[in-house]
Amino acid sequence: MIHRIVVGAHYGLKDWLAQRVTAIIMAAYSLFLAIVLAAVQPVSFEAWRNIFTFGPVKFFTFVFGLSLLLHAWIGIRDLWMDYVQPVSVRLTLHVLTIVALIGYVGWFVTVLWRV
Amino acid sequence: MTATCQTSVRKRPKHLGLSAILFQIKLPLPGKLSILHRASGVLLFLLLAPLLAFFQMSLTSPEAFASFQGYAAHPIIKAIFAVLIWAYMHHFCAGIRFLLLDAHTGLDLPSARRSAFLVFAASLLLTALLCWRILL
Ligand code: HEM
Repeated sequence: MIHRIVVGAHYGLKDWLAQRVTAIIMAAYSLFLAIVLAAVQPVSFEAWRNIFTFGPVKFFTFVFGLSLLLHAWIGIRDLWMDYVQPVSVRLTLHVLTIVALIGYVGWFVTVLWRV
Repeated sequence: MTATCQTSVRKRPKHLGLSAILFQIKLPLPGKLSILHRASGVLLFLLLAPLLAFFQMSLTSPEAFASFQGYAAHPIIKAIFAVLIWAYMHHFCAGIRFLLLDAHTGLDLPSARRSAFLVFAASLLLTALLCWRILL
């Protein structure tokens, strides 16, 4: 019988690729935001807030948030798989990680869309 | 005879203790870069909640923005921000290097050593620049 572990490796080429694609998206966004911040130099509340009222900025900021969710999930999951062996502990940590990340995205989106 | 046999049989797997990992094993520069990439990724993950809290404060109202500025002026918060800036810069620069390696660019040892050095130089320089512009 093949011994399968639910929290074991899934030979995740897709995950590997997703982590790379999200890395590129986040890197591009970081450069984009750096340019915007350098150009606007927001020191007041109004100037800072105005950046995120602009539709395209909101859009890309949201895409950044979703990329971060996927990227950090894969990254932290790999970490648990490297350092934590007992299946029950590992599963618990996986669940806690995904719960935290999904909660963060919800929080991020509410902040972003109230601007 | 038995003595020679015994010395050639090594116990495997060999488990390394924390002190061996910290003080005995000397990693080459690309190895240091790699473990710091992992450490910086974890650090960024752990600081997501406070970062989100600050993000929320800074965008909610002029009053919340002012109290965010109050927090941001505190030396301990500034020190944490400095570490965070380093973590992002290191993760960013080293991440781009890994993406290039994944695309089979610069895989030979001399290139890999050189790019590791460049990443350290670039991320430390960017950290210094950003700390100076944002925190001082
Ligand atoms: C500019 C944005 C970023 C880029 C270019 C980037 C790049 C990368 C790359 C290429 C990897 C794969 C490394 C490997 O498997 O050896 C990775 C792993 C990882 N990233 Fe990012 N990343 C970025 C942002 C972030 C952020 C904001 C976080 C915060 C949560 C993060 C957390 C992680 C974690 C935890 C790992 C796993 C580390 C490991 O397995 O050693 N990354 N990143």
